[in-house]
Amino acid sequence: MSALGKFNHLLVNTLFKRNSVFLTGIFAGAFAFEVGYDGLTDRIWRRLNEGRTWDDIKDRYTS
Amino acid sequence: MFARISSVNAVRLAARTAVQQQQASVAAAVAGSLGYLYYARSEVHASAETADTGLHPPHYPWAFSSPFKTFDHAALRRGYQVYKEVCSSCHSMSRVAFRNLVNVTHTKEEARAMAEDETYIDGPDDHGEMFERPGKLADYLPSPYPNNEAARAANAGALPPDLSLIIKARHGGADYVFSLLTGYCDPPAGVEIREGLNYNPYFPGGAIAMARVLFDGVVEYEDGTPATASQMAKDVVEFLSWAAEPEHDERKRLGLKVITILTALTGMSLVLKRMRWAPLKTRKIVFKPPTSAGKQ
Repeated sequence: MSALGKFNHLLVNTLFKRNSVFLTGIFAGAFAFEVGYDGLTDRIWRRLNEGRTWDDIKDRYTS
Repeated sequence: MFARISSVNAVRLAARTAVQQQQASVAAAVAGSLGYLYYARSEVHASAETADTGLHPPHYPWAFSSPFKTFDHAALRRGYQVYKEVCSSCHSMSRVAFRNLVNVTHTKEEARAMAEDETYIDGPDDHGEMFERPGKLADYLPSPYPNNEAARAANAGALPPDLSLIIKARHGGADYVFSLLTGYCDPPAGVEIREGLNYNPYFPGGAIAMARVLFDGVVEYEDGTPATASQMAKDVVEFLSWAAEPEHDERKRLGLKVITILTALTGMSLVLKRMRWAPLKTRKIVFKPPTSAGKQ
């Protein structure tokens, strides 16, 4: 069996066979993806705007 | 033979039509260019445009016009200082509250202290009297005049506009306001400016009631930035851009996320569409004509 076929078999056997597992997997996957994606894009955003945002300058005014 | 003659005639006709079309288009182009040249070089037109609509402001490379840049919050803080020390003596900013400045230009403690320096009329109290109290974070920036009539009376009939949304309210936005603040000059020969008005080529009509206010060193920045006139104009324009569009930073941050993910989803749906349609697109339908016997 090819690698892709093995992967598909694994996917079907672990995730798709039972609807409860499938649905839980979708919700958990969405949650995990959102956390990861938000973290990544926010890091890119902070990199693009280094020194411009309030978070970068607030240390001058709080002590 | 006949066919050949007619085809030769057709070629001649086509060639003649093409030449005629070419001549017509050349004539149209010449007429059009002459008209455009007359329009563009006409001094009446040029001066009338400047006087009526104001000089067109040049486009300045504002960092915050990039889809991936926030406002520079240090500049916003300097801009608030310029508004507070210079503009606010005539211009209100009645849609911005002190709480809006928190975590944008000032800390909560600073904003509360600034609000408490102001006095607001509140009430009525238990006896039905209005009373004065120090400002709170929820109060809006104080207006220099109690109403528009008082503002007009104090400014020779001209009403200083509220600056909360001025960047959105003027053609050219930030470019226009910056050009206006830095564009004061002597009127050109032949232009009469009434007593009490000032000449500014960027202002529609050229005669503006507001005098030039930004001169080098009018304010002293706490972060040590040299307070040149153009630096102050740039800072206050950035602050006014924030006031007109306080959601700006968040909008662009979300825009980056949304556009990235929608691009990925569009790509995925295109791939899926190709996959689903592949059997339909690649199938072959063959017509087998019935045989003469009528049986296959």
